[in-house]
Amino acid sequence: MALQKTSNSFSVQELIQKKKQKKSKILQVEKIVPFVLLLTAIVSVLTTLGIVLTLIAETITFFTKVPIQEFLTAQKWYPFSETQGSYGILPLVAGTLKVSMIAAIVAVPIGLASAIFLSEYASDRTRRIIKPILEVLAGIPTIVYGFFALTFVTPLLREIIPSLEIFNALSPGIVIGIMITPMIASLSEDAMSSVPNSMREGALALGSTKFEVAIKVVLPAAISGIIASIVLAISRAIGETMIVAVAGGSTPNLSWDVTSSIQTMTAYIVQVSQGDAGYGTTIYYSIYAVGFTLFLFTLGMNLLAQFISRRFREEY
Amino acid sequence: MKLIDHTKVLKHMKPRIVSNIFFRLLFMAATIFGLLILGILLYRVITQGIGYLDFQFLQNLPSRKPEQAGVKTALIGTIWLMGVVAPVTLLLSVGTAIYLEEYAQKSRFTRFIQVNISNLAGVPSIVFGLLGLTVFVRALALGTSVLAAGLTMSLLVLPIIIVASQEAIKAVPKELREASYGMGATKWQTILHVVLPAAIPGILTGGILALSRAIGETAPLVVLGLPLFLAFLPKSVFDMFTVLPMQIYNWTGRPQEEFQGVAAAGIIVLLTMLIIMNSIAVFIRNKFQKRY
Repeated sequence: MALQKTSNSFSVQELIQKKKQKKSKILQVEKIVPFVLLLTAIVSVLTTLGIVLTLIAETITFFTKVPIQEFLTAQKWYPFSETQGSYGILPLVAGTLKVSMIAAIVAVPIGLASAIFLSEYASDRTRRIIKPILEVLAGIPTIVYGFFALTFVTPLLREIIPSLEIFNALSPGIVIGIMITPMIASLSEDAMSSVPNSMREGALALGSTKFEVAIKVVLPAAISGIIASIVLAISRAIGETMIVAVAGGSTPNLSWDVTSSIQTMTAYIVQVSQGDAGYGTTIYYSIYAVGFTLFLFTLGMNLLAQFISRRFREEY
Repeated sequence: MKLIDHTKVLKHMKPRIVSNIFFRLLFMAATIFGLLILGILLYRVITQGIGYLDFQFLQNLPSRKPEQAGVKTALIGTIWLMGVVAPVTLLLSVGTAIYLEEYAQKSRFTRFIQVNISNLAGVPSIVFGLLGLTVFVRALALGTSVLAAGLTMSLLVLPIIIVASQEAIKAVPKELREASYGMGATKWQTILHVVLPAAIPGILTGGILALSRAIGETAPLVVLGLPLFLAFLPKSVFDMFTVLPMQIYNWTGRPQEEFQGVAAAGIIVLLTMLIIMNSIAVFIRNKFQKRY
């Protein structure tokens, strides 16, 4: 009897002890978890830091071999001769801007028109069908677009413009435009859809046609979102790689001729990576300098887009 | 006396009505143009590639002869790549999303992380290739292995899943959390047993979409120096490998006409994989997503 009593009281104490231990364990986990999660969150910060530090460090090494003035002002990009190489970034920048401009000329009108149609004219059902299809267009891998540019668009354009070279700026420009059109359409449509209906109804009540409502009321009200979407899309066009690497050629030049072979910043990085430029050569470091320039361009565009959508937003 | 002069109204209204109809048609044409391009693209790829696509194509190693070329190494390589990218990104992004949504105070540091993530999403993919080349391939001496490429791709698609996971966690209603706290659960118990299960469909949908972006990317892998032509299969994550987009890129660049057909056949395989993955994502979203 006595024995049983002691063992019973012992087990209660044990239970209390166990419970306490379990609780302290739970509390310990509670303390550790946020710290571990913070570490995962820091990975994304480290990635940015890694990108910036890598680019800056290797670019500085590049500038010990090639003077910075030459990089910024020389008119020629000809890195493949060790003795007579010329490292002027301008032709590569010109190639990039040329292609991006063609893309914008294609994408902005078509993208905006689609956005207006989807937001102002289309029925709910039509919009629900068409928008996902447009998003499929945005999800196709860029190498597929590159193949499309080289094997379909270029031969088609050569029927119209016989002097067009096999590798040229026009064909990849147009195809990049097709690629970024859904982005402009989708983001602009979001901006237009968030314009309140009362404004449309007000204009309609005053006797406006739907077209006048779209152009004179909805478009100005959503302009910050629309411009931000265009800037983002052009930034995407600047960073686009495979389409220009496949269909753009590899001849950096400064001219404004769209029918001849060009090279963009991205295509140059691809060309060097594919060849066997040894580690430590000037050419090896040059891809970082070009990559850094590209990074600055796209970062500038993205910050501009954020600034526009914050600064000029109209709140209703 | 007539209150409304009909001829005058007609004179003023007609051009406006006509322009309304005209622009309506124009906007519709622009929308259809996008769909038309998609149709042409698919039609071209399928008609060019279908002749080269058979069961043998999936089993053959790459070859210098177009009729014998196959995608076996590239297909297996792509699956290896997914095997690295999926767990790494899921762990990192879900962790980040939980931290930002559940734990982080509204501080300057939190805002900095958030802004940083959205800026990271805008960095061109080729720049991630330069990062991977320096850090994973050279500094950590992983070479052009599955692991090096997988980690690079993980960092590339990280922002996409983080944002999707954040949205999914945000959509879990407060009442569920409060009920859990009311039962005596701690914060982490609530997150693990209540919030995450409710957010899983959204996280998985975002994850699959990000994964399909990762297997379609070419540029960073070219920069890492992945071989364009490889006749053996990887046996571990430290082995060399190649993926479908690289193989397609290689075939597209060949001068012989036949290889364009082979490239198109490769594209059909890649697009089929992407369609399957996207269908799974849509299925998960429709089947498991609860509306609260």
